[in-house]
Amino acid sequence: MNIIGHKYIYLAISGLLVLGGVAAFLIFGLREGIDFTGGSLIEIEFRKSDASYVHPEPDRIRRALDGLDLGTITVQPAGDGILLRFKTVDEDTHQEILRRLRTTTPDRNEALEKRFDAIGPTIGVELRRRSMLAIGLAIIVIMLYIAWAFRHVSEPLPSWKYGVVAIATLVHDVAIPTGLFAVLGHFYGIEVDSLFITALLTVMGFSVHDTIVVFDRTRENLHKTKSGESYESIVNRSINETLARSINTSLTVLLVLGAIFFFGGSTVHYFSLALAVGIIFGTYSSIFVASPLLVIWNDLSGPKRS
Amino acid sequence: MAGDNGRTRIQKRKISASAVRYIVAGFFIVGALLAVFDAPEEIAAMLDRAKIRILHRHLHGLTSRFPYRLGLDIQGGTHLVYRADVKNVAPADRQSSLDAVRDVIERRVNLFGVSEPLVQVEKSGEEWRLIVELAGVQDINTAIKVIGETPFLEFREERPEVAQTEEDPYFSPTPLTGQYLKHAVVQFDPITRQATVELEFNDEGSKIFAGLTKKNIGKRIGIYLDGVPISAPVVNEEIAGGKAEITGNFTAQEAKELVGRMNAGALPVPIGLISQQTIGASLGAESLQKSLFAGMVGFLMLALFMILWYRLPGALAVVALLLYLVILLALFKLIPVTLTIAGIAGIILSIGMAVDANVLIFERLKEELLKQKRLEDAIDEGFGRAWTSIRDSNVSSLLTALILYWLGTSVVKGFALTLGIGIMVSMFSAISVTRMLLRATANHRFEKYRALFLSGLAK
Repeated sequence: MNIIGHKYIYLAISGLLVLGGVAAFLIFGLREGIDFTGGSLIEIEFRKSDASYVHPEPDRIRRALDGLDLGTITVQPAGDGILLRFKTVDEDTHQEILRRLRTTTPDRNEALEKRFDAIGPTIGVELRRRSMLAIGLAIIVIMLYIAWAFRHVSEPLPSWKYGVVAIATLVHDVAIPTGLFAVLGHFYGIEVDSLFITALLTVMGFSVHDTIVVFDRTRENLHKTKSGESYESIVNRSINETLARSINTSLTVLLVLGAIFFFGGSTVHYFSLALAVGIIFGTYSSIFVASPLLVIWNDLSGPKRS
Repeated sequence: MAGDNGRTRIQKRKISASAVRYIVAGFFIVGALLAVFDAPEEIAAMLDRAKIRILHRHLHGLTSRFPYRLGLDIQGGTHLVYRADVKNVAPADRQSSLDAVRDVIERRVNLFGVSEPLVQVEKSGEEWRLIVELAGVQDINTAIKVIGETPFLEFREERPEVAQTEEDPYFSPTPLTGQYLKHAVVQFDPITRQATVELEFNDEGSKIFAGLTKKNIGKRIGIYLDGVPISAPVVNEEIAGGKAEITGNFTAQEAKELVGRMNAGALPVPIGLISQQTIGASLGAESLQKSLFAGMVGFLMLALFMILWYRLPGALAVVALLLYLVILLALFKLIPVTLTIAGIAGIILSIGMAVDANVLIFERLKEELLKQKRLEDAIDEGFGRAWTSIRDSNVSSLLTALILYWLGTSVVKGFALTLGIGIMVSMFSAISVTRMLLRATANHRFEKYRALFLSGLAK
């Protein structure tokens, strides 16, 4: 496969996707869960004596909770029960809310609280800060690591350039899932929580993993090459040699992620989606973006010295 | 990596064929033992069905001595974050104040019979916090109330005779409480080097204390915190100045603890709840079931793929993967690592990634085979070349796992930990286990079946 030959096409596709992702992020923003915004969340089920479930009307609920200064109350169905979101409350108010909720169903059915979160605003702000820090740190650390791992590769491209290219592909890999979740958040109300950030970071680690394999092979081939083979051709050969490996590795991870997405609990449902999307495009970038960028940079740095 | 070097390396690594077979047999035995260690309950159930009773007791013993540590989101429970109001405490004393508060709260939490309560002090920027994790607590509302209350320190006097009908048959309350205590400090006697606790009361407290000691010479004064006695020294003399010394066979640590507790009652650091996350036990059990099912499905699909695409080496990789899983779970039991839902996702993910190292090796193996090398040599070359790739690429994943662990909340930490440990164990299992298995099958008899070692749709 002549990948380098068609590099501009592949880079164009990537470029469009990244632009799309960034645009979506800038236009729609991410819908932040209470992890980041602070607030309260109750997941509650109302079970009848015959073990079936009832769902009180949202308006009924809002009326019952009137006067408790809860701000806007969002009501969403969740499994057999409902999910309520509102402002942060203290424990006493929480108990009062539960008491009132019990009156909202006709027979005052058994109300089972499955989950309750009340996050203060400071915690949310802190989480945002920490997340940004984590991502920034990861980028720096990865770049340093690649520069170190490839320190002996100086001809024709110095090792730090490999690091920069890897980071560029990283940004590509993170931009696309973020864009996706911006769209999902805007149109479907899908929220982003600390697990989303975790997914991004994991994708970063994994994507670099993949990219390194290709770079590694390039390094090996550069080392072994005797005849005046052009840099371009060496890189292209390296990609083809590692193609099966890249695809299969990602495939195995995607298989297990698929299992989690379809069969795992709700907590990790969107987590596995973010991971899957990140890994798919991470593989794409390792194959079709990273090496072409290397070649272009090499071309731009002046006359070939391979 | 060519020529002389290559030859020497291969020769050094030559283990006899029979040794390889013993090692592989060893793997299977260890694997089986670890499997029993990992899931004694399930094994016990199977044995029950087969009507074999002998190992029953031992298996149950294993389960109770080495249970899996389950996170809050699986057991059900609550995660609370309190902010400590330290404005009345001098900055230099804040750490010790918080430690004292932590101590007091831990004692309260223990009253709820929580199996593994977690009470930790955390400093975030300028804010001092207390993290409390209660797993499996039924009445969280009461727990929150009790935890948040200001510690109550009081001094009680000995009853003339034991009064069985009273709540405290040995001591009766006096007006002297923590609000009159200025502070308590640890002192060291210059001669005996013994640790003592020195108390200082404020003016009003000094008067009450003087009266108390005068009345009770030769008898004990009980010092109670939250209704539980923490010390009961004997009064040697009337103490009028408001300063007293408690001597006893205190170790430095004991004295420090006592002082901390008394100060918590004297200079309370009020705490306010700023975050609460509660998961009901039913939701937790549900999530666990789903996660385990997803894990099984994922593993099966993976196994299928490996065997279909990589044929014999693929099957060997699946065996290596099983061993990997069994080792991983045993490690999680032994360390122990708290498993959360995200943590289990991390395990499942690491299974997918563990296969990666094997894939790398097999691809290299295929390359070497296509160069018409002998099977044995191809295997060795394949491993040698693949190792640098495996090492380099896993390091990046490990680095991000480290960052995640460092900067994440407890949910994220759980994921980072299982993923990180998973990656490290997988590197080990791919290099040693898969290699041994391959070696075991790579002898002259199998040369004919080279095709089995190639993969996919290649010729």
